[in-house]
Amino acid sequence: MKLITAIIRPEQLDDVRGGLESYGVQGLTVSGAHGYGRQRGHTEVYRGAEYTVDLHPKVRIEVLTSDERAWDLVDIIVASSNTGTAGDGKVWMVEVYEAVRVRTGERGVAAI
Amino acid sequence: MNTGDTAWVLVSAALVLLMTPGLAFFYGGMTRAKGVLNMMMMSFGAIAVVGVLWVLFGYSASFGNDVGGGLLGNPLQKLGLAGVLDTGKTMPLIGTIPEIAFVGFQAVFAIITVALISGAIADRAKFGAWMVFAAIWVSLVYFPVAHWVFDFSKDANGRNTGGWLGQGLGVIDFAGGTAVHINAGAAALALCLILGKRKGFGKDPSHRPHNMPFVMLGAGLLWFGWFGFNAGSALGANGIAAFAWINTLAAPCAAILGWLLVEKLRDGHATSLGAASGAVAGLVAITPACSAVTPFWAMVLGLLAGVVCAMAVGLKFRLGFDDSLDVVGVHLVGGIIGTLFIGLAADPNAPAAGQGLFYGGGLELLGKQSIGAFSVLLYSFVLAYAIGWVINKTMGFRISAAHEAAGIDISVHAESAYDIGGRISGSFHPLDGNPAWQHAVPAHTESKVDA
Repeated sequence: MKLITAIIRPEQLDDVRGGLESYGVQGLTVSGAHGYGRQRGHTEVYRGAEYTVDLHPKVRIEVLTSDERAWDLVDIIVASSNTGTAGDGKVWMVEVYEAVRVRTGERGVAAI
Repeated sequence: MNTGDTAWVLVSAALVLLMTPGLAFFYGGMTRAKGVLNMMMMSFGAIAVVGVLWVLFGYSASFGNDVGGGLLGNPLQKLGLAGVLDTGKTMPLIGTIPEIAFVGFQAVFAIITVALISGAIADRAKFGAWMVFAAIWVSLVYFPVAHWVFDFSKDANGRNTGGWLGQGLGVIDFAGGTAVHINAGAAALALCLILGKRKGFGKDPSHRPHNMPFVMLGAGLLWFGWFGFNAGSALGANGIAAFAWINTLAAPCAAILGWLLVEKLRDGHATSLGAASGAVAGLVAITPACSAVTPFWAMVLGLLAGVVCAMAVGLKFRLGFDDSLDVVGVHLVGGIIGTLFIGLAADPNAPAAGQGLFYGGGLELLGKQSIGAFSVLLYSFVLAYAIGWVINKTMGFRISAAHEAAGIDISVHAESAYDIGGRISGSFHPLDGNPAWQHAVPAHTESKVDA
């Protein structure tokens, strides 16, 4: 099993979600995030004093998936969140040792 | 008594009272989200404490018979507004309006002056200490200075018995450039020196204004109220009021343009905070001058105030004092500009009938205006510093570093302005232990309720 985490632009969330759902992904977790990478911050000016805002609002998506489907999901997320400009985000994948469905107690891939 | 004049002054008084809640929005929007309620509470606190003291002895100390040298009115003469009420038999008049209407109109001037000071100490002053400061400062500084500037009493023989600046020296201050703006600005400078800088001053990006629409709303309410402030100071529904009204329109308009021009050239952007600040700077500057200069000179004054105040607000970063919301840069600087400008551009044909340098009056009026501006500045600064110092040494003026970090709204008022996303955890306890509410609580949580 794999856990895929993606930090993407908030406005790309609908596209990414649509792509994952058409592939057959049944569940995902979405949370708000703030951060920066190569994307530069923006500057606001109040009475001549400058404030640089360099933690941009982002969205974090987490998906648990089986090993076979993992690379496809990464490709879908990358394709659907790419705008070609700085600040598009990152996607990464890590190994998951175990997953349990709380309601039924099912374990492993059956719990996904 | 003239009912039209009375109606106008009563409406003006209500307009000026609205300025203080307007100021609460103006200032509140400029603070960060976790300090907005405290900022607004300092304005509402000023309304409460000054309103009470004004009725008790403030009016008497400002406008009672002079007790010596034009420095103070007799605070005991009209204690509790004795002798000024309309009892249906003998109604004391000031000009063409009942004295009690004048009492109300002047009360709201005292209130807004105190509230203005609070902009210098955003996010870090104990609310109780602020209320104590407001009570002492208004008693020891505002009431006497209002007497100096606004009391034009004469005795039965027509001799001057009013304040030493307005009546004695002949300083022109129509609606309060000295008594209100320089007075508040100097006290603000003293207080921010006593309290010190906010944690992260000049560095922490969270100190930027949290709600610009509040700032624009507040500036709009201030301007609306200011028509009562300036045009109401004619104490009648007449041509002088209309003259002041037009100047109250013209000067801020030019000041907005001046401020925005500085911003565009210096920073590259004309901002909404700049427009709001420019309007206020222009209003401050025209306040003393609105019966003394023609609308053309009012616009020149406004433009000058907009440009100079826009440059002055950056001084705090260079000089290292945290005048958080620029009371010094806008009110002290703007008040001085407006008060001195009268010495240059006062038109003998305007209602105030002063003769400025440009109209062949020489330097005499400018000299008088300078004495007026700097005597009030010095008196207010020294007294405010002393009062603030004593409060700081006794009850403490500043909240703890932990409370400042948590936010003054939560730590001092036990409230928060915004509930974004809802409370994720916690519990709710009505403080009065309402029995009807307890019946509605499921049994397993009942033990948490204090009876």
